[in-house]
Amino acid sequence: MSDPLTRVTGEKAADTQPIGLYLHIPFCRSKCPYCDFYSLRAEPTQMDAYCAVLEQKIAESSATLQCKADTLYIGGGTPSVLGAKQLCRLIECAKRTFLTDGAEITVECNPYRLPPDFFRELADVGVNRVSIGLQSAVTGERRRLGRRATREEVEQTVRAAQAAGIRNLTLDVMLGIPEQTEASLKETLDFCLSLGVPHVSAYLLKIEESTPFQRLRETLDLPDDDRAADLYLQMCETLERAGLAQYEISNFARAGFQSRHNLKYWHCEPYLGLGPAAHSFLNGKRFFYPRDFESFLQGCAPISDGTGGDFTEYAMLALRLSEGLQETAVLSRFGHSIPQTLYQKCVPLAAHGLLLADEQGIRLTRNGFLVSNAVLAEIL
Amino acid sequence: MAKKDYIRNFSIIAHIDHGKSTLADRLLELTDSVLKRDMEEQLLDNMDLERERGITIKAHAVKLDYKAKDGHTYALNLIDTPGHVDFNYEVSRSLAACEGAVLIVDASQGVEAQTLANTYLALDHDLEIVPVINKIDLPAADPERVAAEVEDVIGLPCMDAPRVSAKTGQNVEQVLEEIVHLVPPPDDHDDKPLRALIFDSVYDSYRGVIVYVRVMDGSIRPGDTMRMMATGAEFTVVETGYMRATSMEPTAGLSSGEVGYITASIKTVSDARVGDTVTLADRPAEEPLPGYRKVNPMVFCGMYPADGADYENLREALEKLQLNDAALSFEPETSGALGFGFRCGFLGLLHLEIIEERLEREYDLDLVTTVPSVVYKIHLTDKTVVEIDNPSHYPDPATIDYAEEPVVEAHIYSPPEYVGQIMDLCQDRRGVYQEMTYLAADRVDIRYMLPLNEIIYDFFDVLKSRTRGYASFDYEIRDYARSELVKLDVLLNGDAVDALSFIIHTDKAYARARKIAEKLKENIPRQMFEIPVQIAVGGKVIARETVKAMRKDVLAKCYGGDITRKKKLLEKQKEGKKRMRRFGTVEVPQEAFMAVLKLDE
Repeated sequence: MSDPLTRVTGEKAADTQPIGLYLHIPFCRSKCPYCDFYSLRAEPTQMDAYCAVLEQKIAESSATLQCKADTLYIGGGTPSVLGAKQLCRLIECAKRTFLTDGAEITVECNPYRLPPDFFRELADVGVNRVSIGLQSAVTGERRRLGRRATREEVEQTVRAAQAAGIRNLTLDVMLGIPEQTEASLKETLDFCLSLGVPHVSAYLLKIEESTPFQRLRETLDLPDDDRAADLYLQMCETLERAGLAQYEISNFARAGFQSRHNLKYWHCEPYLGLGPAAHSFLNGKRFFYPRDFESFLQGCAPISDGTGGDFTEYAMLALRLSEGLQETAVLSRFGHSIPQTLYQKCVPLAAHGLLLADEQGIRLTRNGFLVSNAVLAEIL
Repeated sequence: MAKKDYIRNFSIIAHIDHGKSTLADRLLELTDSVLKRDMEEQLLDNMDLERERGITIKAHAVKLDYKAKDGHTYALNLIDTPGHVDFNYEVSRSLAACEGAVLIVDASQGVEAQTLANTYLALDHDLEIVPVINKIDLPAADPERVAAEVEDVIGLPCMDAPRVSAKTGQNVEQVLEEIVHLVPPPDDHDDKPLRALIFDSVYDSYRGVIVYVRVMDGSIRPGDTMRMMATGAEFTVVETGYMRATSMEPTAGLSSGEVGYITASIKTVSDARVGDTVTLADRPAEEPLPGYRKVNPMVFCGMYPADGADYENLREALEKLQLNDAALSFEPETSGALGFGFRCGFLGLLHLEIIEERLEREYDLDLVTTVPSVVYKIHLTDKTVVEIDNPSHYPDPATIDYAEEPVVEAHIYSPPEYVGQIMDLCQDRRGVYQEMTYLAADRVDIRYMLPLNEIIYDFFDVLKSRTRGYASFDYEIRDYARSELVKLDVLLNGDAVDALSFIIHTDKAYARARKIAEKLKENIPRQMFEIPVQIAVGGKVIARETVKAMRKDVLAKCYGGDITRKKKLLEKQKEGKKRMRRFGTVEVPQEAFMAVLKLDE
């Protein structure tokens, strides 16, 4: 067998459970100074070539794995730079091969200069969820983040998606960004709420290595950890009051609008990622395609990233969620309860209000989420 | 009385850095004891550490053959002496093995603390002193002024003292001639019962202990049964011989006046203690040579392996070092904070530092050492006395009648312009002024009584920095004196950290407590919850700081591609926690712990 996927996974998907399918679109018009995702500027011919390879990979993978996917997530980079036509072709391909009826289909969009019919075309092909990069509603903050769209453009984009019948919209917001204050964050959150979106993802800025932000760090006027933590709590409370409940460290949604695709990551469920730098978790094995556009075009095999899905990893991911590490889920997945030793380690942390531990399981509080790296290192 | 006319036994004495080792090297070269091209710089100091620090830690000896201008060949036995106050006793034993001493004085520095201390020691042993003015090649050299100072301060005629540069070799031959002329030959006591003074002993893994002796009376040869007069231990002599610069030269025996070595399958240096007298079992001497005493450790600290798994390795390393160092003591101790380790005793702080460095360097051990302590005598209300060298064993204050601490008599030699600074320092260290003597126009000797616990730590460093390096310092332990002492306890999040406790004079408790609290606050990274840092005396908190809780340590994005990265981060964090010292729920990184223990002014 020469299929690269088979070489890594060794077999077709064993479980009948539908997987999540992720397609990585490694193109951006320009690179934002805080971002370390894999992306590049490409000519239309390269994009065409890439989509052709991606379609081929989708078909091959489907033939090898012989399983269904009930979520499709097209992320990037900036998927919207492909244009509606290319995106629709990819989605059609996924529908023919992987997708179940009623699958969640998400496309990430940059609200900068989208053509008027863009969402109409996506909706027609079945896209039912759109993620829009807002980051901040304050023009000065947006500009510092390298975001080109204006606040008005974001608003128009949201309205256009809604007009096309896509109600499940999410906005990306950033916290702890240069010059952000309580007031400016309030402005951003109020803007999100005024648009009536049912989902917000809000990320505390992390300065990634080899990004312009890392080089400029000293000059950036970043809020310190204490202020960033306060901003985070302010955000959680504001969104919660508006009916967007926190369901993960950085994710908030009205009931029924949680991202089904992303929940697969946190529930340690299988997913297939296609594209350079895209990761997969199938049959207990993690693997990824190299962070290299050309080698992906040439059909290079994914690289093994070891096994996954053991209890520690499961707990590490589950504790990102508001529902936390649940006894019932652990029992059905592992056939045993949450170990007592883990509960014992939780006692002092519970006393300090960082988590709750009871017969249902273990859940981090907001203050616990804020220091979750330390919490996990302590208890796992 | 008959003399051994062609033997000369001598030491070289000098203040630190005045060129003792360099001169010794030149003497070895001039007597062809060692080929110049084979010569490692400063051959006599053959431990790395010694060479780096420019001090001689342990005495060594070497026999040189010198063909003098009078046509005779002389056996010159150079007995090297340790150069630091911690090893005063060893120095005195080395001097007792000699008839003369070469006194080196730096032509740019003049008379310093150890110049005087060592000269007085040499005079105490009735040694003939051969003054040598060294470093005449330095631009700042002023040999005539320094010669005059030596005449004034020490009362030694220096008119004809060789002016040399040990570095360039200039005039060094004159030193050999002076030794031959000035140092008296040893008496011939071959017919008396054997008495040989042990001035050093070294453990060798093949031969057992090599005992360095000066034979005073009688003679000894292989096959004899030797007896250590202090310990009574007996051994059969395997080999006798002379120490050469690069080898050992076996001989048929050693007789009075000679310096050499004996091997007798002796297992530890504590069976051949420095200062003991060797005699023969079948014809023992009536009296041992005078001056033997068992050296007692003065300074104690806990030594713990940074990695608990190294405990056995630390024990083995200490055992090995002890084979060679009778003054080092250790016994197992346990600390709630640091785990398993050893309470170690040393002659002084330098001795402590040398052992610590050797453990880290030669045995590749990563150590945590607690604050050094002296031995306190605590008089209890029930009229008993306990000796405490470990703050953890400090009795309940309610049971204490009064406490005593060791006191030293200190001499500080300095140019007069620093007298004010020095007196401030000594006052600050609870010193009691004794007197001040002008040794020369630009040299005073300030005498203080100082508590030992005030000088074991950083006294010398502070003295140096306040006097821009001009002052020198020497001390001798005198007695115990009554003192007002308290034990400071450090509490992190309410839990006492035993390894950070220490005993201190009441007057200094508050200032020190505040300082420690600040240091801990600076050095303990923020953790998941607030950590109160308290310093307490007998349950009463006298200083307090708070390490604020960490607010943000989170991976905000964790999607498909981030999971393995997050897993690795988690592993790394867990690994990092293993390197932390855990006190209750508080984690203190090794570095922070060290920073607190190395509390400086």
